Amino acid sequence: MSRPIRAVRVRSLTPAVKPYLALLPMALTVIVAYLGTMAWTLRTSFTASRTFASDKFIGLAQYERLFDNERWMLSLHNLALYGVLFILACLVIGFLLAVFIDQNVSGEGVLRTVFLYPYAMSFVATGLVWQWLLTPGTGIDGTIAALGFPGFVFDWIVDQDMAIYTIVIATVWQSAGLVMALMLAGLRGIDADIWKAARLDGIPVWRVYLSIILPMLWPTIATVFLLLATSVVKLFDAVVAMTQGGPGTASEVPAKFIMDHLFLRSNIGLASAGAIMLLVPVVALLAPYAYARSRRSRARGHA
Amino acid sequence: MYTAPKYQALALACAAFFAAAAAPAAPANAAAAVAAAASNGPRAEVIHWWTSGGESAAVKQVAQAYRAAGGVWVDTAIAGGDQSRAVTVNRIVGGNPPTAAQFNTSKQFFDIVEQGMLNNVDDVARAQNWDKLLPEPIVSVIKVDGHYYAVPLNIHMQTWIWYSKAAFQKAGIAKEPASVPEFFAALDKLKAAGIVPLAHGGQPWQETILFSAMLSNLGGRDLYLKVLRERDPKAIASPAFRNVLLAYKRLQGYVDPRSPGRNWNDATAMVIGGKAGMQIMGDWAKGEFTAAKQVPEQQYGCIAGLAPNAPYLMQGDVFVFPKTRNAQALQAQKLLASVVVAPNTQLAFSKLKGSVPVRSDVDASQADACARKGIAIMKDRSRHLGVSEVYLTPDQNGALQDVLTAYWNTNMTVEKAQKNIAAALGE
Repeated sequence: MSRPIRAVRVRSLTPAVKPYLALLPMALTVIVAYLGTMAWTLRTSFTASRTFASDKFIGLAQYERLFDNERWMLSLHNLALYGVLFILACLVIGFLLAVFIDQNVSGEGVLRTVFLYPYAMSFVATGLVWQWLLTPGTGIDGTIAALGFPGFVFDWIVDQDMAIYTIVIATVWQSAGLVMALMLAGLRGIDADIWKAARLDGIPVWRVYLSIILPMLWPTIATVFLLLATSVVKLFDAVVAMTQGGPGTASEVPAKFIMDHLFLRSNIGLASAGAIMLLVPVVALLAPYAYARSRRSRARGHA
Repeated sequence: MYTAPKYQALALACAAFFAAAAAPAAPANAAAAVAAAASNGPRAEVIHWWTSGGESAAVKQVAQAYRAAGGVWVDTAIAGGDQSRAVTVNRIVGGNPPTAAQFNTSKQFFDIVEQGMLNNVDDVARAQNWDKLLPEPIVSVIKVDGHYYAVPLNIHMQTWIWYSKAAFQKAGIAKEPASVPEFFAALDKLKAAGIVPLAHGGQPWQETILFSAMLSNLGGRDLYLKVLRERDPKAIASPAFRNVLLAYKRLQGYVDPRSPGRNWNDATAMVIGGKAGMQIMGDWAKGEFTAAKQVPEQQYGCIAGLAPNAPYLMQGDVFVFPKTRNAQALQAQKLLASVVVAPNTQLAFSKLKGSVPVRSDVDASQADACARKGIAIMKDRSRHLGVSEVYLTPDQNGALQDVLTAYWNTNMTVEKAQKNIAAALGE
């Protein structure tokens, strides 16, 4: 009885070690490059570091200064406003685009490419194009005025209250295609029998999408939400390319605050405190997700 | 193209960054090996961000002078000041420093000095008597604890008022404004004539220039130093400073609504084309007029200040010399330092850069009309002042910019602006 078992064990030892060996470089990268730098950032955020990292610990003073800073608070406010609008618009437009393409339209391949293309391009370049389009006097504003509507004004990008919405427009244009692609994959994965059954019952198509298909797409939506949420937190290139945070500080975002303090203002202590604060919402988003996933896999393991 | 945070150049600069940071040794050494074969003089690798047309022509003058003195010049140009400075700092920390690197005449390199990572240039400074020769605001940033740590190349004046002669004629302004009330009267006349009175690029650093112009011309030398150098809360809360802020905000009424985000050179183009009357900008703007084939005192005019003894706000560029024990590199640093401050190099460089030489003993006859005005003012040491970055750390200066741009762009009250400036400078 005992002999065959030992034999099995010996033989399975190598296969058990191999995957871990293969994972080692990646694990080292994660531990050193991600967790290591995170710990370093956390440490720096408690010091009075300027151009160079310093060992002079000053407790939570950088955090106090951060939350006394009007520009940081405005950045957070902008990020929240931007995040809600951006995620909602991307989900709605992406879903509608996917449904639209799902109707077996001709030239599906071309359309898919067209919608997905913005995502494939660097926003440093396309953001500049958006800036030109939105600059009053030229771009959209100038073109429509030249077409015979001299009273037409579209100057959001230089408007204190509207500038942040131009960022929403441009980034939705960029990301909606990706949402469409993921949603479309989800739609294609839905069993054709459901459609047949719904048709037999005489349910209108829009109702099927809304009440049956959408709930079934839940895992896809969760993935899309997570992707969009992380891109909200790291929002930087669009702002830099389009408004540079202006007019004034109207479209400032936390990532730009951090970059400015790292590279222009030689205050890596304050920048690190900002970076750590930016990590908090990411962890808050990821932790429940990771927890749910681990619970699900454990439940599956027991079954 | 100077102190502006140029993120748009980020993409381009990234390429340069990786070229310089990731694989610095191989190409540079190869180039040096070739050069060394031709000449055995001391080899100087110089990091700088003079990449625009006029700037790179200017730095070539320095390179030529260094070669003429028997050295080997290895050029490492990196687009964008912040990128370039980041590469310099990274290479110093990483133990592979360049022979020399560009910084602005400001507190940008103060931390590096404090960490003991720069060689001093006391020999050159003593030989040329810098204490006497150089303007006080420049000395105040390059001299730390009695030692000189940087070699100044040039002086830019930040708050020149450039105006279009055609626009002034159209608005019926006979004489260039010589006081703050006359300046606002001219703006009113331009506005009445249907011309954009003040060309402005709505970026924080350009708003800071307008503020500095009001603080120095209206507030005067004493208030300027009390606010920016002493960071005196009483001065910031004073009625005089309040008036400065109100005058600064008043300028906004003379700016066109499309100004936010505009680059400084696009604003200069408005003055060149006569669409706008005036612009307050550093003397690097002269390059734009020259490129448009305009001549000072013919198509455009330049006003240095709005009072007979208005302060001359200086900024500029310096070379620093990272610490090294390599004897040849030390020799290169010494040679470069002496070449840079030589009157001929100073003149040739500034002529192309649009600045004026740091030395008060150069021959001004070769310079253009505006530079001659500047050089004449520079002879009066009581008018010497530095720009805000000379007195403030990059961090404090940035915080000040944040307040100024918010005050300019929103309906923040002047009392709130005073309070926020006190907080920004108090840290």
